[in-house]
Amino acid sequence: MAKWFTAEKTGDIVRRIYERYHTFRNRKKDDEREYSEMKSFTYAIKQIVPLVLSYLFVGLASGILLNKAGYSPIWAFLSGSLIYAGSMQIVMVSFLTSGAPLYMVAIMTLFINARHIFYGISFIDEFRSIGKQRKSFWKYPYMALTMTDETYSVLCSLKCPPDLDKQKVEFDILFLCHILWIASCSCGAIIGNVLPVDMTGIDFSATAFFVVVVVNQWREYDSHIPAITGFASAILFYFLIGPDNFILPALSVSMISLIILKDHIHMGVLEGSDE
Amino acid sequence: MSENLITAATIGVVAIITWATRGLPYLLFTKRQPPKVVTYLGTVLPASIMVILVVYCLRNTQFTSYPYGAAEIISVFLVVIMQLWRKNTLVSIFAGTVCYMVLIRTVFPG
Repeated sequence: MAKWFTAEKTGDIVRRIYERYHTFRNRKKDDEREYSEMKSFTYAIKQIVPLVLSYLFVGLASGILLNKAGYSPIWAFLSGSLIYAGSMQIVMVSFLTSGAPLYMVAIMTLFINARHIFYGISFIDEFRSIGKQRKSFWKYPYMALTMTDETYSVLCSLKCPPDLDKQKVEFDILFLCHILWIASCSCGAIIGNVLPVDMTGIDFSATAFFVVVVVNQWREYDSHIPAITGFASAILFYFLIGPDNFILPALSVSMISLIILKDHIHMGVLEGSDE
Repeated sequence: MSENLITAATIGVVAIITWATRGLPYLLFTKRQPPKVVTYLGTVLPASIMVILVVYCLRNTQFTSYPYGAAEIISVFLVVIMQLWRKNTLVSIFAGTVCYMVLIRTVFPG
């Protein structure tokens, strides 16, 4: 009887119980993490459904154009993954075929894509905090560089349920969109030429997508001043300078107007969700 | 070979400039906290930008000659009405796009 209660034996039993409890807890934690990762992944997929149509067909279009200009699909794949900007990739085909000098290409790219500068402003704090986590520091530049017109509007309208990790959802959305884009660019270059149906007009799905975002924002926000300011300056510069170059002055003027009107704008929804 | 080099260089230049435009706001505020006005702009600018993007998408529409952008205007209205009524993003986009594709083939062929 006495030998059952030696210090050694007791220590052994305690250690074994402790270990078993620990493996049990770890497994439970793993399960939970896996479950929540899967949940945020499916949630991310649901969020990008509205832009699938537009991404698919603009990507296909840019791939087809490259292919028709006589370039191999590998270039479509590369520009899809590295440039990742629809209108820019389509314009680039005409640069390539006309043999535009590189400095011209650089200046035109700057003008066409300068609107992206405005997108980052809304996500500085959020993405920077992702970069601070040691394991996922690379996600910070990746997420900053994969921000497009479409993903920007999806992330802006994102209302993540509290049981999901918002940063994980945002990363999943950006990553999925990037993959979808690369795939559709490459597909366009590979099979585009044999597409049997006339798809003219499918690019309207991009317009429709942004119209939906505007409608949703209009219903949600307390103040309509930002939307009206944007519309007024867009129309003004559209008629002043024409369709090709109006977007930058329009963005700049609405930014300045919004700074001037600062005290009159109360964005109820956004202020609430920031806290 | 040199043709490939030119293609690679062009894609490289476009990619690097595009990255620069996307990364600029983050590079400007790596060390210091963004000033209050930038945070404020971050919350109000999206609403302006989305409207400007709609105009941007419609920029090549011919409003000055027949059919005066009727197909675009009708389809945009359809999207707005569908979204207000059904509140289903996918249905709104699908309806608007189909409407546009039908209109430019039948009623307003250009």
